[in-house]
Order: sequence, then structure tokens, then C-alpha cells
Amino acid sequence: MYRFDYVRPKSVDEAGKFLAAQAKNGAKILGGGQSLLPTMKQRLAQPSALVAVAGLADLNYVRVAGNKVTIGGATLHDTVARDAQLQKLVPGLTHLAAHIGDPAVRNRGTFGGSVANNDPAACYPSAVLAIGGEIITNKRRIAVDQFFKGLFATALAEDEILTGWEFTAPKKSGYGKFLQPASRFAIIGAFVAQTDAGVRVAITGGGNGVFRAKPLEDALAKSFSAAAVEGVKVDMSHFNGDLHASAEYRAHLATVMTGRAVASCHGG
Amino acid sequence: MEKTLFKAKPKADGIGAKVLRREDQKFITGKGHYTDDMNRPGQAYAYFLRSPHAHAKIRSIDIAAAKSAPGVVALFVGKNMESDKVGSLPCGWTVKDRHGQPHKAPPHYPLARDTAKYVGDQVAVVIAETLEQAQDAAELIQVDYQVLPASVKCDATLKPGAPQIHAEAPGNLCYDWELGSQSDIDAALKSAAHVTKLTLVNNRLIPNAMEPRAALGEYDAGTGNYTLWSTTQNPHLLRLILCAFVLGISEAKLRVIAPDVGGGFGSKIFAYAEETVCAWASMKIGRPVKWTADRSQSFQSDAHGRDHVTVAQLGMDKDGKFVGLKVETIANMGAYLSSFSTCVPTYLYATLLAGQYTTPIIYANVKASFTNTSPVDAYRGAGRPEATYLIERLVENAAREMKMDPAVLRAKNFIKKTQFPYQTPVALVYDIGDYDASLNMALDMIDYKNWPKRKEAAKKSGKLRGLGFSTYIEACGIAPSAVVGSLGAGVGLWESAQLRVNATGTVTILSGSSSHGQGHATTFAQVVSSKLGIPADKVEVVEGDTGMIPMGMGTYGSRSLAVGGTAIMRACDKIIAKGKLIAAHLLEAKPEEVDFDDGEFIVRGTNKKRSFGEIAFTAYVPHNYPPDLEPGLDETAFYDPANFTYPAGCHVCELEITPETGEVKIVDWVAVDDFGTIINPMIVEGQVHGGIAQGVGQALLEHGVYDADGQLQTGSYMDYAMPRADLLPNMRLGFTVTPCTHNPLGAKGCGEAGAIASPPAVMNAITDALGISHMDMPATPEKIWQVLQGTTSQGKSG
Ligand SMILES: Cc1cc2nc3c(=O)[nH]c(=O)nc-3n(C[C@H](O)[C@H](O)[C@H](O)COP(=O)(O)OP(=O)(O)OC[C@H]3O[C@@H](n4cnc5c(N)ncnc54)[C@H](O)[C@@H]3O)c2cc1C
Repeated sequence: MYRFDYVRPKSVDEAGKFLAAQAKNGAKILGGGQSLLPTMKQRLAQPSALVAVAGLADLNYVRVAGNKVTIGGATLHDTVARDAQLQKLVPGLTHLAAHIGDPAVRNRGTFGGSVANNDPAACYPSAVLAIGGEIITNKRRIAVDQFFKGLFATALAEDEILTGWEFTAPKKSGYGKFLQPASRFAIIGAFVAQTDAGVRVAITGGGNGVFRAKPLEDALAKSFSAAAVEGVKVDMSHFNGDLHASAEYRAHLATVMTGRAVASCHGG
Repeated sequence: MEKTLFKAKPKADGIGAKVLRREDQKFITGKGHYTDDMNRPGQAYAYFLRSPHAHAKIRSIDIAAAKSAPGVVALFVGKNMESDKVGSLPCGWTVKDRHGQPHKAPPHYPLARDTAKYVGDQVAVVIAETLEQAQDAAELIQVDYQVLPASVKCDATLKPGAPQIHAEAPGNLCYDWELGSQSDIDAALKSAAHVTKLTLVNNRLIPNAMEPRAALGEYDAGTGNYTLWSTTQNPHLLRLILCAFVLGISEAKLRVIAPDVGGGFGSKIFAYAEETVCAWASMKIGRPVKWTADRSQSFQSDAHGRDHVTVAQLGMDKDGKFVGLKVETIANMGAYLSSFSTCVPTYLYATLLAGQYTTPIIYANVKASFTNTSPVDAYRGAGRPEATYLIERLVENAAREMKMDPAVLRAKNFIKKTQFPYQTPVALVYDIGDYDASLNMALDMIDYKNWPKRKEAAKKSGKLRGLGFSTYIEACGIAPSAVVGSLGAGVGLWESAQLRVNATGTVTILSGSSSHGQGHATTFAQVVSSKLGIPADKVEVVEGDTGMIPMGMGTYGSRSLAVGGTAIMRACDKIIAKGKLIAAHLLEAKPEEVDFDDGEFIVRGTNKKRSFGEIAFTAYVPHNYPPDLEPGLDETAFYDPANFTYPAGCHVCELEITPETGEVKIVDWVAVDDFGTIINPMIVEGQVHGGIAQGVGQALLEHGVYDADGQLQTGSYMDYAMPRADLLPNMRLGFTVTPCTHNPLGAKGCGEAGAIASPPAVMNAITDALGISHMDMPATPEKIWQVLQGTTSQGKSG
């Protein structure tokens, strides 16, 4: 690691002020550090300062009111996974959180860190994009559909803190994940949400960032069943090949994982 | 030759008892002491600048900025070691090629001199007050590289036009070696009724011990003595190599200490550049120098394993009796020859090609090649997994092609119980075994009778089920010195033990074996407890320190019990013999009238006796003592084994494939092993479990991949897939016992068996499930899915 300053603000406000002044000099937000710290250890990142938000109580919560849900920006994966109300209301989301990494990762890694990082193989972005709603920051609200901007890119400004996500619980939700054998990130993850605005399917792991798969959504709109997506093809331009899977296999898995996600909605 | 088998009485803490590992408490509670836990006054930290290129000429190195960076104590490059006459890291086994010429041995300098030959090759070392400062300074070193074309594949590197890696090895050929007669095998295959042919790759593996390599060198300017703490598996051998071949210092001036070592799997046998530099640099700067690999460095610079390409042919008569086996292998040595790299694909590989079978004629040709990759050397099983994989895949295919049951074909060709000792056509003499017994027990345990029903039931639920056998053999207890010497080994492979009986009757074993996870402290105490008839908790085991242990050859090749344990038994015999002299004196009898039984010296036919503790006390308080006898009860014994030992057995893997994705689920695993006498069943089961996990890892997940430019693509756990618990079913173990005939314990060794047996069991099951003849490891879901796509478009066969 290179040298850096460690800043522990007492509130989102204080963190925001520090970032407003220092982000341009290389200050970065530190969530659970599960993505950022490994890159720093390998000297692939050199922030001037880390502003730790994970300990802020006002960012660490799951709130459920009727079918309105808000998840705080620094909520641990484990907190989401174990939330009893959420397990009933959005089982796809708690299942997803429960299968991120290992217990150590889930008890450090935060919702905001995952979504702000927008790793092309991360799980959470698929849930957020499929379920919709709004991303809340210390500055504004951003519609989910405007939030993800491709590989490791989001609508967030450098000094902007993701403080939460607010959404209406989908009627049904499910997540199908095919593990990359080494990292156990998603080779392909498919999140299916049956929302008021129709069925939304978001695919992660394709290689170019999370995206919505229209052909799968159309098929599921006609019949919300695993059988409905069998053989449905997703545009190949969304998929890249690498050491672990070819583009062709990923495209195939996107369909199969969507089928599994739907099956899980039906208790399968 | 050791003919009498020691028969231990049943005892709660002796031979055969499931004693909890005494070392686990400290390891599990974080109270171990590893090399990186050692800190010495004035210690500085080393950081190695490694080549980012697989092959590059080093035109110049500008160290000015780095040298004056904060905290920097010293900075060395290859030239500095050269002018100090620090030598090349030697390869300890000379393999003679088919024309009698020794293998090509290009130098391997601890810091590269003119050319970097793989990504990770050490180009410079910075020593600073802190590790961070050393690393900061290393970033300021300006190396002017002239990048050269790289060669990474073991077969392509031998083709004309491939980049030339060492001037000493034209065409990148290290050796072209053979065993057996080519004309004999060609004739045998020609006359065969059927020949099964297979081309296969044994995938490159990266060892990944839990504890990364580390070293701490300290030089005492007052005495001129060096101390080197190292994560080595054999401290005495490291001392020998560093003193006699590399640093040119007296062996008496270097003390090597291997404190707790967290796994090695072979990768810590070898003498490495980094520890050499730490020892040497500590003298140069007059301060202790520590280096600890981080995981990325381990991936890059630990010796890797396997990496073969093989074409094999098995000839049979019309009834399926094997008439000949021909094997042509190309083995990757990597960029330099690691300490024992040359013997792995030759004497530890081709000599095992008979397997459990009576194949009368066997021929092997092995070409070893240089590539711009990390050196390749012994890794759990070392040569024997490669041999077993090849034989067992071939035999399975032979059965399919002959339309015979694979279990029946195997049994038909087994060396039978009555045929031992059995001289194979590939040099080894198997002393004992019962291959039908382990196969039959395995068939029973897996319920082979009902296998077709299970396959059918799986098909109904949309799964493809496969079953695969592996009837393996290995040669352990490495090894008779005269034999390995005649084959080119530069060392003897005996083991030593000192048994120090303390005045109060407790015992300290100083063993030349070097545990790095095997549980010697528990097992050896059990052995001595049974042999001397004293409680195991009165026995302590000391290993891993050349300053304390007379001599040693370390732990690898499943040798520590069969060879090291026998040395301990012999030292016990010497203790008992001396004890008898003391007892005879005390009991006023003749020494030959004194028997030793279960902790007591007894005058035969009388009730006159003395306990072991009384004799120990008398030896150190010799007030009433035989006049000509030296006081003390402390004996050292060496043991040079008469033969290898031959653990063998049968593993069966049953698995299911989900056709829509190619996912594999292992649903059952039966392992029946014959390790001879088992000292601690719990430790043995643990070794089998771990070995199977490693072998299944090779079959399904692990693969060290370099891209065409020689960059390691699988350089971290993000990309190199290790086996996890959920990969494996509950493994069901069975044991048969034919005690080894030439050591008093009857022990054969168990450390590598699982890793040797399991890959072909998995791959035989996968190819069975898919109805195909072969797939290279690792069998990833995508590869399987691709196969199924192919079959689907051809109209599914089955
Ligand atoms: C072994 C391992 C396995 C893993 N497996 C998975 C997996 O299966 N699936 C998966 O999805 N992920 C996985 N992860 C990643 C894990 O979920 C991380 O926790 C997550 O990606 C990043 O969250 P974090 O809180 O640790 O963020 P950090 O690492 O602290 O930060 C990541 C990035 O987000 C920024 N950031 C952090 N918090 C905020 C915020 N509130 N507002 C704005 N920007 C912010 C940081 O500046 C940084 O750029 C794994 C990680 C590890 C180490």
C-alpha cells in the first residue's frame, strides 16, 4: 500500500464536506474496503485519503414500510441477507446478499460500496437495476435507470456519497447466479423482478456492465415461468469472453440463470 | 533389510490409536510460530523487483534514485552477487539422456544477470527499514529491458523457430530421456489385437500452501555464523545446497531453522533465490534481512507442478490382457531447473508406469523443455500423479473400446497377491500388495451392482451420471540411496533420528523429518510410546533445526513415517540395547537374559525387573553402573531404506452432470487404500481427505495459465480456482492392510495417495457420463457444455 490519510467523519454531512474539498486531490470513500483495499494492497490504487462511511449509523439500516423499502448506503451484505421482513418481501434480494463472497466479506462489504463500484461481475447491481426505484445520495436522488453507466462507472460524482436505495418491493423476485469458480463472483447473475412496471430482468457478469435483457423480459411478460425463457437468445453484444467463460457460454447462462431465478420465485 | 515387523500392543496413545493431533491446539488458536513471526534486533526488509516480462534482456539498471530513497539500507543486483562469487542454484539430480549425456543445466542465479527469463524472475533486491520503503524504492529502479519473444508451452517450445531461452540448451531441450526398448514396444504394439491410444495434457498446477514462503537471514559478524529461518521442508538439505553450491561457506557456519511451516505440498522442498539472497545480504549489510512473499509473489515464483503433454498407447491381446505400453511425454521445466525438477518426469514418473498391472513391456520417452514460465518441480505426488492419470485414463478407455467392464479389465491385468515381490519392467520391485482386495472392497462400498440403476434413475431426472475408477499405485518412502544414486541423485535419501532419553524417563525425539502440517509430533510420539512402553505425553518431537538435529533429509515423497519413523525405531532399539546392559547390571543378570517388554526390563523367567524410567535415571545418575559403559541414554540412528514402499488402492468417483450448464456434482466417493500399518487413523484419514480435495481440484478447477506473452493469467485467487469444501461429498474411506516388508513398522506412507488417485477417478467418471473418450483437465462446466452442444447437434448418442 501507498501512504494515505484515514478520515473518520461523524456524519454524512462531515464526510460530504471533506470530499467536496478533497476528492479532486484523490480522496476516496471507504465502504467495507472489500474491493478498494485489495487494489490498494496491490498498489493499483493510490488514494490520498480514505473517508470511512461504513461506521455511520445513519447509513446502516434496512427500513420496510408496507411495500416501500429503503436500504442505507453502508448497510452490510449480512444485514440485508438476515433481515426478516426483507426475506419475506424481496426474497431474491436477501438470497443475493446471502451469497456474496463469504461470511467475512458479507460482514464488511456494504451495499453502497458494491453499487458505487459497479464491478461488471458484482451481484447487487443486477438487483438494483431489475427492481428499479431511486438511488439516494448526499446531494440528490437518481432514478435507477439513469444510474449505471457501464464498466465500473455510475452517475455518481467523485465527491458524492451513496446514502441509500429506495424502491417499491416487486411482487416477485429471484436471483440466479453462476459462480466464477475462483472468485465466486458472478460469471452470470440474473435478477428477475416482477414489478408494477412489468417484468424486469437484469444481467450481471456479461462483461460490459449490468444490463436489462429485453428478450427475456418480453418472454416473461407473456408467461412468468422458467419454461418461457428456454431458448430465448440475448443480444451477444452484451457478452465478453475471458479465461473463465466464452461470450457464447455467458449468453447461454444468462438465459438459464434467468430460468432459475424465475423458478425460485415459484419456490423452485 | 528389516524383516521383523514390530507388533504393537493396543494402547490408547500408541500405534493404531485415533489420537487428537497435539499440534492443532496451537495452530487453531493462532499460537504457532512461523518464519514471518520471527523478528530479530535491527532487522531490515527485502523487497524483490521482479521482471514484468517473460523474456527480456536487461540492458541496464539505474538504481541511483532508488538507492537514495527514504529508508533504503542497500540495493543489490545480479552483478553484486556475481562479484561476491555467489553461485547458481543447482539442480540436485542429473538425468542422463538416451545418449548418456547429462541434462542441460543452464545457470539459475538468485538475481538475474543479463536476461530475465520469466515473469517474476528476480532482477534486484531493495533492503530497507520497512517493507513499504523497500517497495517504494523498488518502484524507482529503472530497468532498461529489451523485450524478447517468449515461449510458454512445453511442446511448442521444442519446435524449430521457437524463441531460444538458454544458450546452454539448444532448441530449449533439457533432455531427451528414455526407459525401456523402443523396438520391443513397437513390436509388442504391432502384434497387439487392439491398441488404445490417448493424447492428454496434465494441467499445470500452482501449489498454494496456506503459508507463503518466507526467509529471515542473520549474520553474526563476531563468529561469522549465519542463521537462516526458512519455510523449507528440509532444512538440512537447504543448508547443504546453500553452503556447498551457492554461498561457498562451511556447512558448520550456517544454521537453518524451519519453525512451524504452514503447508508445502512439495513447493518448499527446493532452495529458492529469495532465501539465498536474505542469507547473503544479511552478511553484506550486517543486519538481519527478512522477506515474506505475498500471495501474488507466491503465484509467480513458487515452483509450479505437473504440466505435461503425453501421447500414450496401450496394446492388448484379444482377451484384454495388456501386452505393452508406450508413453511419449513432454514435460515443462519452466525457465530454470528447480532443485529436483529433472527427476520428477523421469524417475518418479516412468518407473510407475506399470501401475497395478502385469504389462510386460513398457517404454517411455520423456523430453523436458525450457519455457519462459515459473520453474516446475515436485508437487504432491510428483510424477506419480502424472503416471497414474495416464495409466488409469488409458485403462478406462481400453475397457470401453474392448466393451469390457472397467473393473473386470483391471482385475484381469492386476499383479496378483501371490506374485510379490514383483519386478516390473520399469525398474521397481513391488514388495507387497493386494490389488484385488482393495478393488473388491471398493466395488462393495460403492454398491457397483446397482450402479446401472442409479445411472438410469439420474437420466430420468435429467442428469448425466458417471462412475470412474482409479486403481493406483505409488512409490513412497523415498528412497534407497544406492538406487537413487545410480539414477543420478546428488544426495542420499536416508533419514536420521536422535532419541534423547532425559533423566526423568521422558524422551525427546530429534528427527530429520520436517513436518509442515503432517502431524509428526503426534504420530512419532505414538510410535515411541508403543515401542518404549511409555505414555505418549512423555515424548516430545523436535524437528526443523540444523542446530539441534544431527542430520536430516526432510519431508516429502510420503517418506517421513516409512523412513524417518524407521530411524526412530532404530534409535529406540539402540536405547533398549543399552538399557538392557544397565538393567542387567542392576538386576545382576547377563544382558542376554534381559528382555524388554512394554516399558519394562525383565530378567527372562523371573519377576526381577526395572522400569524404563528407573533405567533412564540410572543412566544419568550412574552411582551403581556397569564399569565400562558410558553414562547417558541418548542414541542416534540413520536408516537407509531397502526399497521404496508401495501404497496402492482403489478410488471410485460417482458424479452427476447438469446438461443445461455442464455443472458437475460429485455425489459419492469411495477410497480404499493400503498404506500398510496405520499409526494414527485420524491423521491418515485427514491426509486422504486433503489429497482427494487437491486431486479433485486438479480435475475440475485448477489451472495455471500463461498467455502467449508469458504473463500469468491465473496470478491470484480471483482467477486461480482452488477446491472448497462444497466441491466434495462425504468421502467414504476403507482400508486394506498388507504391511510393508522392509521396515519394522510395516508402514508405507499416505501423504500423496489422495492427490495421485483422484484425478483419473473424476475424469473417468466425467467421460463416462458424457460418453466421450477424453477431456483435458480441468473439466470446467463450459468444456462439458461445449461437448454436449456438439453431441446435440450430431444427434445425441449417449
Ligand atoms: C473474497 C471476496 C468475494 C466477493 N464476492 C462477491 C460476490 O460474490 N458478489 C459481489 O457482488 N461482490 C463480491 N465481493 C465484493 C464485495 O461485495 C464488496 O464488498 C463490494 O463490491 C464493495 O463494497 P465495499 O463496501 O467493500 O466497498 P469498498 O471496497 O470500500 O469501496 C468500493 C468502491 O466504492 C466506493 N464507495 C464505497 N462506499 C461508497 C458510498 N457509500 N458511496 C459512494 N462510493 C462508495 C469506494 O470509494 C470504492 O471506489 C467480494 C469481495 C471479496 C473480497
